[in-house]
Amino acid sequence: MRTDLAVIGAGPAGLAAALAACARGVRVALVDAATEAGGQFYRQPAAGLRAGRPEALHHRWRTWERLRDGLAASAVRVLTDHHVWAVERGPDGFTVHALLGPEQEEPAEVHARAVILATGGYEQVLPFPGWTLPGVVTAGGAQAMLKGGLVVPGRRAVVAGSGPLLLPVATGLAAAGVEVAALVESTAPRRLAGHVPALAGKLAEGAGYAARLLRHRVPVLTRHTVVRAHGGGTMTPRPDGAMAPRTDGAPLRLTGVTVAALDGDGRVRPGTERHLPCDTLAVGHGMLPHTDLADGLGCRLDGLAVAVDAEQRTDVPGVWAAGEATGVGGAALALAEGHLAGRSAAARLRGTTPDPAPAAVKARTKLRRSAAALDSAYAPPAHWPEQVTDDTVICRCEEVTAGAVRDALDLGAGDERTVKLLTRAGMGWCQGRMCSTAVAGLAGCPPTPSRRPFARPVPLGVLARQHPQEGPS
Amino acid sequence: MNPLELAGAGPGPAFTVTFDGRPVRALPGQTVAAVLWAAGVTSWRSTRGAGRPRGVFCGIGVCFDCLVTVNGRPNQRACLVPVRPGDVIGTQDGTGHEEARRAH
Repeated sequence: MRTDLAVIGAGPAGLAAALAACARGVRVALVDAATEAGGQFYRQPAAGLRAGRPEALHHRWRTWERLRDGLAASAVRVLTDHHVWAVERGPDGFTVHALLGPEQEEPAEVHARAVILATGGYEQVLPFPGWTLPGVVTAGGAQAMLKGGLVVPGRRAVVAGSGPLLLPVATGLAAAGVEVAALVESTAPRRLAGHVPALAGKLAEGAGYAARLLRHRVPVLTRHTVVRAHGGGTMTPRPDGAMAPRTDGAPLRLTGVTVAALDGDGRVRPGTERHLPCDTLAVGHGMLPHTDLADGLGCRLDGLAVAVDAEQRTDVPGVWAAGEATGVGGAALALAEGHLAGRSAAARLRGTTPDPAPAAVKARTKLRRSAAALDSAYAPPAHWPEQVTDDTVICRCEEVTAGAVRDALDLGAGDERTVKLLTRAGMGWCQGRMCSTAVAGLAGCPPTPSRRPFARPVPLGVLARQHPQEGPS
Repeated sequence: MNPLELAGAGPGPAFTVTFDGRPVRALPGQTVAAVLWAAGVTSWRSTRGAGRPRGVFCGIGVCFDCLVTVNGRPNQRACLVPVRPGDVIGTQDGTGHEEARRAH
């Protein structure tokens, strides 16, 4: 299909961008991988579950209602189930390449004169012994499964790691009937106290979570960390008589975690370890931006995020970016950035300059300041690599252990790329999204954005059909 | 309170799928991963190298840990694929291609 503007990602940033641009008279296609708009923040229960009270799983529900109703009333063309694997720049504009549906085998293309990248982010988890056991899930993953499928992973959970996401995950699981044995946050509360002016807008929200944690009797352990996850049980041969899993008596699932206190330097304090039985560990250490599509277009990155100007324009003409892709800052910031991107794109497509939007600009400034404060306050334990034993798997896809990574470092590897070439860490299905930060941490170098020409796996047949005239006949 | 009660869900009629040969109850709209979690199953893959069990990790289609075989097709992300009545879901051993070959 052809349109003026393709907005990629239907989370808060993409929704705000699409609505702002459409209201200013340009044709908009909103492209998203999920079956419904909303993104991760406003992930909705599957329609078939007929949830009468979905707001029980959400914050800022009224904002969602406004976005949802605005979208329904608008002329925005919503393309769900479109998994975008690349955006290509041509002489006449852009081609958005996607794969359709859960099978992701059939291609679809959207041709647009301009593109807004609202690709969001994903969660970062730093490794620790036992983190590959079934029952250990990302905090955001537990929340996504709850919001979308109305399911929980177990009966008794520990929520752990670092960052503001842990609060809604712990309270959400508790509200859904899971006993939350502890919320384990590595950051000391006084680190947040140091940023009170910048976090003024977040204080009420924090107080709300504190009240909910109390109501659900969730013990909160600050300046603590999970040092090990323990497993038990073994796999049994399958009832259908087919090949028995080769688990060699390996633990089947999580049975508990060991937590310990951290000292002022972020090191585990010896003698403070204690065991918490649980069947679920929801763990996360902050978010990372999805930058693959921007990188593929040649957009400049600033650190790990897409660099944008005051109008949310990247340095590639015709390409805007908004939301977590331009730096992790939460849904409210994503809405402001998306709105500004949509206004700018619509104006530029019509050959005018965007009208001033002082309220959105002001909100963006304020929210970026509080995001920066949260980012500098919340930090994983500084010395987390010390807790990673040599037999701990670092690259979950290729099953590369910390010992193998350390061997590569001993051989002279000093960065993620060389470790990858020597060990295959980062070469698997997830393309290093799950292990990149960990490898950088073990190597003692800053994380670098990975270059992924394809944002997701693409069948060879789809690639072969792209430019048939160029191939041998 | 369970999650369905919390969200006031009144799902359409439940249907049956199978996991490793045994019947499992599914609700319309749920993903394969959600159905298996609701049935108390948290692992449905053994890794290619060490044969270790895996299930959901990221829950949003990024990590590829929850790969599963559905109706003979291996390497499906359980957290993305919606279930359909009668689906045959199986633990994926390694690459999953050995089983797929045997089935044909």
